Amino acid sequence: MDIAVLIKQVPDTDEVKMDPEKGTMIRDGVGSLINPLDLNALEAALSLTGQRQGTVTVLSMGPPQAERALREGLALGAERAFLLSDRAFAGADTWATAKVLAMLLEKTGPYDLILAGGKATDGETGQVGPEVATLLGLPFATYVSRLEAATEGVTVRRTVEEGYQRLRLPCPCLVTVLHDLNEPSMPTLAGKKRGRRAEVTRWGLADLGLDASEVGLTGSPTRVVRIAHPKIARKTAFYGAKDLDKGIAHVLALLREKALLQGGDRP
Amino acid sequence: MRRGEAKGLGGVFVVAEVRRGRLHSCTLELTSKARELADRRGKDVTVVVLRGPSPEGVGDLFRYGADRVLLVEDERLASLNAEVHSRIVARLVEEGDPEIVLAPATTSGRTLLPAVAALTHTGLTADCTGLEIDDETGLLLQTRPAIGGNVIATIRTPDHLPQMATVRPKTFPASSLGERTGSVERPELEEALFESGVVCLEEETVDDEEVDIQDLDVVVSGGKGLKRPEGFKLLRELADLLEGAVGASRPTVEAKWISYPHQVGLSGKVVAPRIYLAAGISGAVQHLAGMQTAETVIAVNKDPEAPIFRVADIALCGDLYEILPRLIEALRREREERHD
Ligand SMILES: Cc1cc2nc3c(=O)[nH]c(=O)nc-3n(C[C@H](O)[C@H](O)[C@H](O)COP(=O)(O)OP(=O)(O)OC[C@H]3O[C@@H](n4cnc5c(N)ncnc54)[C@H](O)[C@@H]3O)c2cc1C
Ligand SMILES: Nc1ncnc2c1ncn2[C@@H]1O[C@H](COP(=O)(O)O)[C@@H](O)[C@H]1O
Repeated sequence: MDIAVLIKQVPDTDEVKMDPEKGTMIRDGVGSLINPLDLNALEAALSLTGQRQGTVTVLSMGPPQAERALREGLALGAERAFLLSDRAFAGADTWATAKVLAMLLEKTGPYDLILAGGKATDGETGQVGPEVATLLGLPFATYVSRLEAATEGVTVRRTVEEGYQRLRLPCPCLVTVLHDLNEPSMPTLAGKKRGRRAEVTRWGLADLGLDASEVGLTGSPTRVVRIAHPKIARKTAFYGAKDLDKGIAHVLALLREKALLQGGDRP
Repeated sequence: MRRGEAKGLGGVFVVAEVRRGRLHSCTLELTSKARELADRRGKDVTVVVLRGPSPEGVGDLFRYGADRVLLVEDERLASLNAEVHSRIVARLVEEGDPEIVLAPATTSGRTLLPAVAALTHTGLTADCTGLEIDDETGLLLQTRPAIGGNVIATIRTPDHLPQMATVRPKTFPASSLGERTGSVERPELEEALFESGVVCLEEETVDDEEVDIQDLDVVVSGGKGLKRPEGFKLLRELADLLEGAVGASRPTVEAKWISYPHQVGLSGKVVAPRIYLAAGISGAVQHLAGMQTAETVIAVNKDPEAPIFRVADIALCGDLYEILPRLIEALRREREERHD
């Protein structure tokens, strides 16, 4: 089974800077790491290929330093790494990101299975996976908390509001994963060494044969028009050790006011 | 689609949330919001309902503002198949030419809509908490929190149609407009749209109401300050008295004191209950990202400097093992008095 894992490098700080003109995130110069859920995706890929053979390829679109995230993927056991990096890709929304990732997958594949994180900690859209799948015309499953190889496909368990849904998908397909899929492992010393040496193939706009107008900010249907830094101002009523009684009375009064105290005799 | 290719004459479409064959209340919320937006644009509201054959009517939707319901009932739609559902919605969008398409930001909406956006080549804004029509341009202004709620971004889709958004449940109220009617249409769809190699093997409903912590008015969460897994029993007791759910910070989930569906925060769930009570939680930004839009926050912590107090309406500073039992006591007393 040949598996592709989409890896996004996300900022490791709470202080993400925004470009006030373009309304996009400034990714240069912030410490970064692999999006946590992408590590779950990679772990799943490694364990599936461990059981059944095949290769794991990690792919990312991002600035040159996103190479670090891919090297981490290589250190963990991925065999090939591709980085889509070009000034023209900057400012891409999920549509423009999915478009170039889909093309990269097409050109570096075929893959039996494509894995992505359920959502990234920066954009938090969770849209890239389903969009990539759809652009490639592949069936897909989201919110996957269990994943197993089956004959000619995979079976997954999706965690949804009311419980679980179990599906069987034919390969090739795309699956986006949740945190409780597995416990990502740490790279070994030998792995780290390999990660430093292995090749990361860089692709640019020309390699995809696209026009600059089709990618990045100009190729994105959405535009960020305003960024606000909300300060949630709450007036805090503070109760210390001496006036906890008052504090508890305050809580009760609040519950009463919000009609949350009917205690069982609510209709 | 580019503006021009599409005109947006079809008004506002809402993709209904169907759970186990029934319309979920968040559909009514979105229908109300859609009504408001459509009125600003002088257009109609259409609710798209995809489901298995169901005895339940769709009449409620008119009272909440729908003019038209596009109803597709088919055995093969009884459980969500992302590929098939999105294909059908995309087809109805192509035929109906809406200006705006909204779906709830639930696991279904957030699965379906990206695929519809990809099929119709347009933008999609995830998890919106605000929707308005721009006075000047008539465009939809979509507001959403990002980067753990640290920024609020306003997004537009200037050159493509439809303008699409998923909307966080409980963001907008469902308001009934009284008796109203509209049309129910059953569009004809060709067989090919239903073709898929994906098979639903099983659906399992977990009757543990606590698993969906996003649905309840009260969430009582615990953090590492509980010190031991049994601490969650205390929280469960409190939550039960308030008909609420139990939430948790990440370290308690990692320590396996409680399961992942309970985790609140950046890498867990975002909740916006009427009351969020945090006990033994320091209030790291990653946790705040999941709860700071709650209507009211009550925090219990023994550290007067705990950051959670900065976002709290009521701060109870002291040992949670003293404070929570007292609170539970007080609630029990109150309850008994009411029953007398
Ligand atoms: C990428 C990333 C994603 C993350 N995602 C999440 C997420 O989704 N959700 C999340 O919660 N965290 C998340 N975190 C972790 C987050 O940074 C914090 O580590 C975590 O929220 C701290 O949990 P806590 O408040 O329970 O523990 P602590 O920070 O250890 O706080 C315990 C608190 O309990 C108080 N306390 C101790 N004993 C008592 C007592 N007897 N009575 C009253 N108070 C007491 C202490 O004063 C302290 O304030 C994430 C981190 C990263 C890097
Ligand atoms: N620039 C990118 N490069 C590679 N993968 C990405 C990129 N953006 C998003 N993804 C994948 O899509 C998932 C969801 O990201 P998002 O839609 O941004 O929340 C991530 O966990 C990645 O697997």
